[in-house]
Amino acid sequence: MNRRQFLSRLGAGAAVSTLALSGCAPKTGKKSDQREEIPTDRMTYRTNPKTGEKVSILGYGCMRWPTVSNGSARDTNDDIDQQAVNRLVDYAIEHGVNYFDTSPAYCKGQSERVTGIALSRHPRDKYFIATKLSNFAPATWSREASIAMYRNSLKYLQTDHIDYMLLHAIGMGNNGMKEFEERYLKNGILDFLVEERKAGRIRNLGFSYHGDIAVFDRALAEHDKYHWDFVQIQLNYLDWKHAKEINERNTNAEYLYNELYKRGIPAVIMEPLLGGRLSKVHDHVAARLKQREPERSVASWAFRFAGTFPGVLTVLSGMTYMEHLQDNLRSYAPLQPLTEEEMQFLYDTADMMMRYPTVPCNDCKYCMPCPYGIDIPSILLHYNKCVNEGNLPESKQAENYRKARRAFLVGYDRSVPKLRQADHCIGCRRCVHHCPQGIDIPKELQKINNFAEYLKQGLDLVPALRQV
Amino acid sequence: MLRKIRITLAIVCLALITLLFLDFTGTLHAWFGWLAKIQFLPAFLTLNVGVVVALVLLTLLFGRVYCSIICPLGVFQDVVSHISGMRKKKKYRFSYSPAVSWLRYGLLALFIIALVAGIGSFVALLAPYSSYGRIVQNLFAPLWQWGNNLLAYFAERAESYAFYHTDVWLKSLPTFIVAAVTFVALIVLAWRNGRTYCNTICPVGTVLGFLSRFSLFQPVIDKSKCNSCGLCSKKCKAACIDGKKHTIDYSRCVACMDCLDTCQHGAIRYRFRYCKSATDTTATAPGNNVDTARRSFLTGAGLLIGATALKAQEKTVDGGLATILDKEIPERRTPIVPPGAQSLSHLRQHCTGCQLCVSVCPNGVLRPSSSLLSLMQPESSYERGFCRPECVKCSEVCPAGAIRKITPAQKSSIQIGHAVWVMPNCLPIVNGVSCGNCARHCPAGAITMVPSDPEDEFSVKIPAVNEERCIGCGACENLCPARPFSAIYVEGHEVHKTI
Repeated sequence: MNRRQFLSRLGAGAAVSTLALSGCAPKTGKKSDQREEIPTDRMTYRTNPKTGEKVSILGYGCMRWPTVSNGSARDTNDDIDQQAVNRLVDYAIEHGVNYFDTSPAYCKGQSERVTGIALSRHPRDKYFIATKLSNFAPATWSREASIAMYRNSLKYLQTDHIDYMLLHAIGMGNNGMKEFEERYLKNGILDFLVEERKAGRIRNLGFSYHGDIAVFDRALAEHDKYHWDFVQIQLNYLDWKHAKEINERNTNAEYLYNELYKRGIPAVIMEPLLGGRLSKVHDHVAARLKQREPERSVASWAFRFAGTFPGVLTVLSGMTYMEHLQDNLRSYAPLQPLTEEEMQFLYDTADMMMRYPTVPCNDCKYCMPCPYGIDIPSILLHYNKCVNEGNLPESKQAENYRKARRAFLVGYDRSVPKLRQADHCIGCRRCVHHCPQGIDIPKELQKINNFAEYLKQGLDLVPALRQV
Repeated sequence: MLRKIRITLAIVCLALITLLFLDFTGTLHAWFGWLAKIQFLPAFLTLNVGVVVALVLLTLLFGRVYCSIICPLGVFQDVVSHISGMRKKKKYRFSYSPAVSWLRYGLLALFIIALVAGIGSFVALLAPYSSYGRIVQNLFAPLWQWGNNLLAYFAERAESYAFYHTDVWLKSLPTFIVAAVTFVALIVLAWRNGRTYCNTICPVGTVLGFLSRFSLFQPVIDKSKCNSCGLCSKKCKAACIDGKKHTIDYSRCVACMDCLDTCQHGAIRYRFRYCKSATDTTATAPGNNVDTARRSFLTGAGLLIGATALKAQEKTVDGGLATILDKEIPERRTPIVPPGAQSLSHLRQHCTGCQLCVSVCPNGVLRPSSSLLSLMQPESSYERGFCRPECVKCSEVCPAGAIRKITPAQKSSIQIGHAVWVMPNCLPIVNGVSCGNCARHCPAGAITMVPSDPEDEFSVKIPAVNEERCIGCGACENLCPARPFSAIYVEGHEVHKTI
């Protein structure tokens, strides 16, 4: 079940419960959803300690703009639907969103241009632009190429200054420290950006971080030298305590946040929903969350969690559809912070989720394209979907074996064309170092293939599950 | 009454047999698989004495009811003929014609020679049940599958797993053309003259016709009641009633019972032949020939249809994905035939080319052969899938005993071929990448990855095939990343052996 369906069911559910509650009365008074209209003036804002400017707690992530085919630019090669983007941006600004986060790498390089077009229709002082120096490819490591990338961003975004400039995803790669040095230190780019900040063309300078913790620690250790104005980290109620457990290479969000907080550096939050994994949860988890807050979406818990921390400047969400935007606005206009008890409830939920063996894939597609044509994210997401829907039968004797087997195998062929399925993975491992979540992709693919093979052959599943 | 019983049974049989060929999931076979196994020629080839004796006795008792009820091709022609008869003034469009015995018995003789000599393609060409199977598999099944895919499309959007997508592909052009030509030819013959095929070409019809001369129950004309109006002759789709002479050619009568209801004087009755008022019933002399000009026209038309249907192609996938070349079929010195077929010659001698195995193969492995001697008989290839270890469907459905029934356990030790490594295609050799996908997926554990340089244990690894353990299932060939030609492929064995 995706978020969209979830919301529509939520609407239907609300209508049904309304009916049920007033079932005995002769008349029912509500035509639909009982919730109020989304207010335009109640957005929660956080203050940037350096500039004193007010930043909306909801930041717009511009990496998943809608396409003309009604998909997300992340998933297809289709053109971005500029009309739809304009509508989303207008609606967001109208409802108080003022932080837009893009990158030269997003939407196959189209995001900055499209975002620039949509934003330039509004007064420049109404919003803050965040973009990044996304010099991942070794060809762009030179000083000239990196500066050209920066200048290009200014051009595409139709502006003479960047409000929030980031070093993009430091710590990532096979050797995070080496790449950090090559990308920003040895070529003098970081010094260049500091100069640009002095000149006022960059108003705030920070970095986003994934992967090797040594790079994070080193960057913070040099805070006195560079004076980071903000840092972008991955934070959500699963990664708070379980990031390291999910993957040895990652670091718990608790540590990252506290390191920033004690230095007074505002945190910008990415992956508050873990690429949708905190909205597409196991049915049991969804039921648990809904039971507590029937009128709020499953996703809203994740957004409120991220927003509750006082050191958070803004929480980014890559909203493709109007429903996403509206749901998030409901969570943040205004933000109702979680209580201690509710925080604990989410930590318990996270513990529960850890018991379901999903693969921590956020569908970012950095691993793609696989040179052998494997559709890696689709395979992993199909597997996660089956886990969440309880279609991973534990043994041949399980009550739902037949149904679950069919759902797994038929759904597998639907989600992934046969030629792109896991059995064609040769284990070349080229994808592995592209994964920001550090997933051992070939290992996971082989595990999933073994599982499918056991189901196809009708063997007892216990040995396949032991490999999990 | 008898006619209605015949029609009801015939329609049920035809529908069920058609469904056997359409049902690619293989679930119907559990219940109705026997319908294929009581077909005369398959039963004869599989030496199923019980069925053959039962069919012979049935014919000796009631005449050729087999042709009117059990044989799907015969009933199919009846349907065509019936539709033709619904046209205005065409209800009584037949007329008596003498038997063409030299053609019937000549073809039967050729058929038997081909059978003994193991010329499977000729046998398959004439076998009636197989012709029908071929028509359904080649012409109707794609429509059925497209319909299914449409349902699967909606099911997917409704999050239902009731239907799943299936690949529709042209399995063999020659077989498709043969099926299309047969289909058109039969329709024209049946449209105009009813059961011409059954009484001039069909070898089963000839054999049963010979027997049915002596059947105990027959339609008999009562001369005392007959006023020689000739209506029965005009209604007889087998053209075997000579109303003027009050005679019926029992070798050609398919016991359809149409004449009983047609006669307005109650002069024709279906009854025990050795009743008191015995009639003079003898076969008639040979006469006319078949229209050859019409045939050649039909062949041309069939080819045209075949050519246009070829245009339908599969949709190609896209997205942020690398393109994948389609696999091409390697040149195999010996064809691969499915486990259970025992040997190439066994298959050649028993298979009637009905395409039932091809219809049920869920892995895209089986397709009709295109080589001349074994035309239309199944053979395996692995560019779309491999012969999966848990599947023995073809062996379960084969009505002719050409693919003998085996269990998955037996299958795991039947060697139908062996894998051959093609060094210049192998990715580790070509671009130094580490692979081993063949070894990883070999269900027989017959492949070991070994260093390409025996001196250097860290050199890139290449597959070493233990031919003794390889069963020829083709998992390696199918999953090999080298495209379009795999770096490892299967050579068939002439005789299958158990390892």
